[in-house]
Amino acid sequence: MSFEIPDELGYLTTHEWARRENGTVRVGVSDFAQDELGDVVFVEFPETGEELTREAEFGVVESIKAVSDLYTPVSGTVADTNDALLDVPELVNDDPYGEGWMIEVEPADESEFEDLLSAEEYREQIE
Amino acid sequence: MIYDQARWTRGASEKRDGNGDESEGESEEGGEGHGKGSVYEPLLAEKRSREVGVASSLPDDLTRDSLELPALAEPELARHYTRLSQTNYGVETGPFPLGSCTMKYNPAFTEDLAALPDAAIHPERSAASTQGTLELRYRLQEYLARIGGMDSVTLQPPAGAAGEFTGILIARAYHEHRGERRAEVVVPESAHGTNFASAALAGYEVVELPAGEDGRVDLDALDAAVGAETAALMLTNPNTLGLFERDIEAIADVVHDAGGLLYYDGANLNALLGRARPGDMGFDVMHYNVHKTFATPHGGGGPGAGPVGVVDDLAPFLPTPQVRAVEQDRREPDGGADGSGTEGSAGSTRYERFAPAHSIGKVHGYAGNWPVLVKAYAYIARLGDAGLRDASAKAVLNANYLASRIDYEIPYGPFHHEFVASAGDRDAADVARRMLDHGVHPPTTKWPEAVPEALMTEPTEVESRATLDQLAAAFDRVAAEDDAVLDAAPERTSAARIDQTDAARNPRLSWHALDE
Repeated sequence: MSFEIPDELGYLTTHEWARRENGTVRVGVSDFAQDELGDVVFVEFPETGEELTREAEFGVVESIKAVSDLYTPVSGTVADTNDALLDVPELVNDDPYGEGWMIEVEPADESEFEDLLSAEEYREQIE
Repeated sequence: MIYDQARWTRGASEKRDGNGDESEGESEEGGEGHGKGSVYEPLLAEKRSREVGVASSLPDDLTRDSLELPALAEPELARHYTRLSQTNYGVETGPFPLGSCTMKYNPAFTEDLAALPDAAIHPERSAASTQGTLELRYRLQEYLARIGGMDSVTLQPPAGAAGEFTGILIARAYHEHRGERRAEVVVPESAHGTNFASAALAGYEVVELPAGEDGRVDLDALDAAVGAETAALMLTNPNTLGLFERDIEAIADVVHDAGGLLYYDGANLNALLGRARPGDMGFDVMHYNVHKTFATPHGGGGPGAGPVGVVDDLAPFLPTPQVRAVEQDRREPDGGADGSGTEGSAGSTRYERFAPAHSIGKVHGYAGNWPVLVKAYAYIARLGDAGLRDASAKAVLNANYLASRIDYEIPYGPFHHEFVASAGDRDAADVARRMLDHGVHPPTTKWPEAVPEALMTEPTEVESRATLDQLAAAFDRVAAEDDAVLDAAPERTSAARIDQTDAARNPRLSWHALDE
């Protein structure tokens, strides 16, 4: 089975992705992660304005199989959260890189993005 | 024979509507909670009810003018509850091999004894007028101490997990009394979830101990995890994989050398009854699951007991009150402050309550849940030394016989009272659901995680060879079936396959959901 791994994103070994938008970084979990988790039933994330540290936990995703911590790809301030997931957590399964996004971070240090795994490096890790 | 629950209950489903409570747009199955083909026994109030006026002296804003109450004749009521019991599966229905749960049959004679009028005494009554019940408490303390190799036992904790919590509180009190503040409790990663919770609730940091490749405690990892901050190591033995921790004496040395205490989780004590004792292995404190090892009913939220045993050093910290025996002089007028002179007048033993010197206080009302303690006492007394030894032998024999009869991989051994088979590339939960269709209760699934798609199986000593063969046949029939069959299972139970995802995404956790 092959998983979608968009080239333009950065990844953590813990299966979070990060995408640079207009001045912010959008964060979610990968297609591989949603498949491993199975049906997602609940997502918990921080409130807007909270400070996050790179590779520290920012939230929790719960599926019918497991409860997993979510890790921060780049340090910064939470600028937005995808509140739609509170009512429709299956968006994480249906569209992990699109409507299933979780939080948006205003990065403290843009250069941290360069430390993330590339799509190719991430693909090697999961294969 | 294939047990077909539907045979008993399917008739009820035809009567399902008729109460006019199915709102428009609702699905044909009558809403969530009952899968396709499921049987639904209406609530009493849904069958027939009557508006009853309420006269009350309480303030009007706190009371209703009338109540809707079920209005049914006794036979209707009897059938309702019988039907409900038929939709259930219990240890009186068939084998119940839930691993780590020790689902023994609960012998009926223990219920008879607990129901005796003499056993129904008010806990505030004087010691002098309740010597019989105090004696039973004392003797149960002594029985459990002897079985576990402990010096003193409290019967007060109301459940196994409450026993764990009590045990850890005792450990904390012990350290604090010595002027030591230790911050950590070490727990193997495969331990029961309650171990982590008990330690955390008592204010400790939980340090997870990874298992070695053989599924047992890894001594190097233990050395690394245990230190000056270690208040206790919590272990069960045999462990969650059913394996005996052969290095238990070395493990005890590591923990004791660091000044820590060794805690025994009694979950798997059934494997050791009459053969080995936690106290002899170096454990300092332990809890007993009377509903597992001593055949009292499993809770379901009801009153339970999780007695805790300790070595002498920890005895002063036990909850209060304890019961002790006092040898009585023949000539001394007895009864003391209670003023009763009728008991113990022949130079006999008197039983009294006392508070341990540095007691952690109370962990439950009075001395715990009395009727369940009567049942545990009755079970132990009836079996005696030989019976308890026989129970553990047959528990281990049954697990090994069953394991030898099934076509599943069992990665870890040699195991004792339980084994953990793997469902391989199948979903263990689907295997379990399909086993229900074959007339048996399935094992515990997906835990411990050391075995992929785990089927943790503990038949207990109560099953006959014929029943074990029936269980093995259910295991193997499921193994031979197509994925599509497993995906649709269970089909013969009163509740068909439940949509777990929907249940988790849209939980309805209170009776308020009934009004929706």
